[in-house]
Amino acid sequence: MKPLKISRFTLASCLGPGLAATLSALRAGRGGLRPCDFETVEIPTYIGAAEGLDAPIEGNLAAYDCRNNRLARLALRQDDFEAAVAEARGRYGADRIGLFAGTSTAGILETELAFRRRDEAGALPDGFRYKETHNTYSIADYVQRELGLSGPALAVSAACASTAKAFGNAARMIQLGLCDAAIVGGADSLCLTTLYGFHSLQLTSETPCRPFDAARDGISIGEAAGFALVERADDAAPEDILLLGIGESSDAHHMSSPHPEGLGARLAMEKALASAALGPADIGYVNLHGTATQIGDAAEDRAILSVFGARTPCSSTKGLTGHTLGASGILEAIISALCLKDGFIPGSPATLKLDPALGSNYRIENLDRQPDRVMSNSFGFGGSNCSLILGHGA
Amino acid sequence: MRVHIDGVGLIAPGLPSWCTGREALAGPGIYRSAEVALAPSELLPPAERRRMTDTVKLALAVGAEAMAAGDCTPGSVPSVFTSSGGDGTTITAILEILASPEREVSPTRFHNSVHNAPSGYWSIANRSNESSTSLCGHDHSFGAGLIEAASLALHEDRQVLLVSYDVPYPSALHRVRPIEGKIGIALLLSPKASGRSLASLTLTLARDTRPETVMPAPGLEALRQQNPTGRGLPLLAALARGVTGSVVLDHIAGNRLILGLES
Repeated sequence: MKPLKISRFTLASCLGPGLAATLSALRAGRGGLRPCDFETVEIPTYIGAAEGLDAPIEGNLAAYDCRNNRLARLALRQDDFEAAVAEARGRYGADRIGLFAGTSTAGILETELAFRRRDEAGALPDGFRYKETHNTYSIADYVQRELGLSGPALAVSAACASTAKAFGNAARMIQLGLCDAAIVGGADSLCLTTLYGFHSLQLTSETPCRPFDAARDGISIGEAAGFALVERADDAAPEDILLLGIGESSDAHHMSSPHPEGLGARLAMEKALASAALGPADIGYVNLHGTATQIGDAAEDRAILSVFGARTPCSSTKGLTGHTLGASGILEAIISALCLKDGFIPGSPATLKLDPALGSNYRIENLDRQPDRVMSNSFGFGGSNCSLILGHGA
Repeated sequence: MRVHIDGVGLIAPGLPSWCTGREALAGPGIYRSAEVALAPSELLPPAERRRMTDTVKLALAVGAEAMAAGDCTPGSVPSVFTSSGGDGTTITAILEILASPEREVSPTRFHNSVHNAPSGYWSIANRSNESSTSLCGHDHSFGAGLIEAASLALHEDRQVLLVSYDVPYPSALHRVRPIEGKIGIALLLSPKASGRSLASLTLTLARDTRPETVMPAPGLEALRQQNPTGRGLPLLAALARGVTGSVVLDHIAGNRLILGLES
């Protein structure tokens, strides 16, 4: 693929709003997971909840008010992101900037709450707004309006690979000239559907999740929003962060369980390397999907060993952030960009005792080492896999 | 962007397949509405077949018809799935249980509730490791999927399958999101013309206000207006008539999607 310049990026998660808070938490190994106290949920598990979501969305976009869009707004307001988009809008025109946003559950929390308030005839309460909150497209619609854009737009909803795959939409449409720049990202926020759903699959851990630990026993659900402004990389400077490659594949195995040998994961990583015209030795760090389930981590470990062998440093940052589901792709792409910018490899302090059955070079402690290029993995239900490669400008 | 249409799949009320429905789409006065009958894909193992929701049955059936029409092995191409809302019956069942004191969500329902469930079952049924994405554009989901599928076909320089599907929500959500009928449309798109190509298709996104193309038959026009996948029917009608001309779809953020057809 032709590289894309990631000119500006921003995020919000349980590590705090913005790049500085995220970087300082990663550098200090300070996670944001806490015992679940979300809404009326009674599940013995930990969550990664974002702070600062209490103020409603008001004004002309008040109809879009819901936790998911508030989380998106929190991210948009950090890191001078809106100013950078306004500048790009002036340069390219609002209709020449695409909007590709991912989510798995959008604002379904609003509908969960509204279902408790159905009347005797089963009707939802007045004032319930489906299109602007529950509908999967609501995240793209809200962000497009918030940023004053009118180019091609869509929501990607491929479970936990959603916001990673959105980079592919942007790369293709910019290269084909449908737009000159794009906003890539999205949001997934805490809701009862995912907390009770993953609990029903016996996939939620009772402790903060421990990726690649011998005693790992499931995920901690988190929430995040993140956005990147991407443009053509023709004039990229050496310090710029570029998207160099993307690989997408399907497991074709099971709806909620990964291929045991990590077949789809391996294919996604190999395709990403091929699309970047790079080899395994060119990658200095892999930010794993690593959700801390027994099967998922073992499958990814096999895939890593088959592509990279046991040399390349890798880790999952989900022990710090929780699994932010559809937002994990953009969250971890931005963490990867921070590694490139700040010259470090994040560890996995929640992991206490590395599983001896796993063979990858898994890092529990941070490494002060400048990776030249970073791969970020995102795998989801439905066997949907996506690997991204980020690096510096030439 | 210019691509070629190598195969079509269709299920809609009164239009049980592209093969049997194209005549009613092409000619005036022929269309009669009828209930959609959906059968589970026989490509899936029996355990998976039992779990199939209407959206999965619909998406797999139209996808298979388009691939067969294009004489193409189903699992051999990347795919783009698009829907305005996923499986309403599954989502409603989860919402009902979450509003009850038990809150015991069925694990199968939970994994069937993801927007990309049809894409996942498609790859399992066809043993396909090809990339597959799942999109949503609310009322503009068909157009968003068509743009993505065409750009993927051109970018990768290979055939791509587009599958658009929408089914009604039950009861409570139906009142706030009234989708009618079960409609699935699939198109096998190719970057190159071949002996199998039915027509070439040029896609242009334009900021203008020219009117949308409507369906002349009232029954078909109702489908177009009441089901987001039905927005693709004017394109299929033009294909069925074999005409050269353009079809205009309303699109996102004040845009029009202009589809130029050449048979």
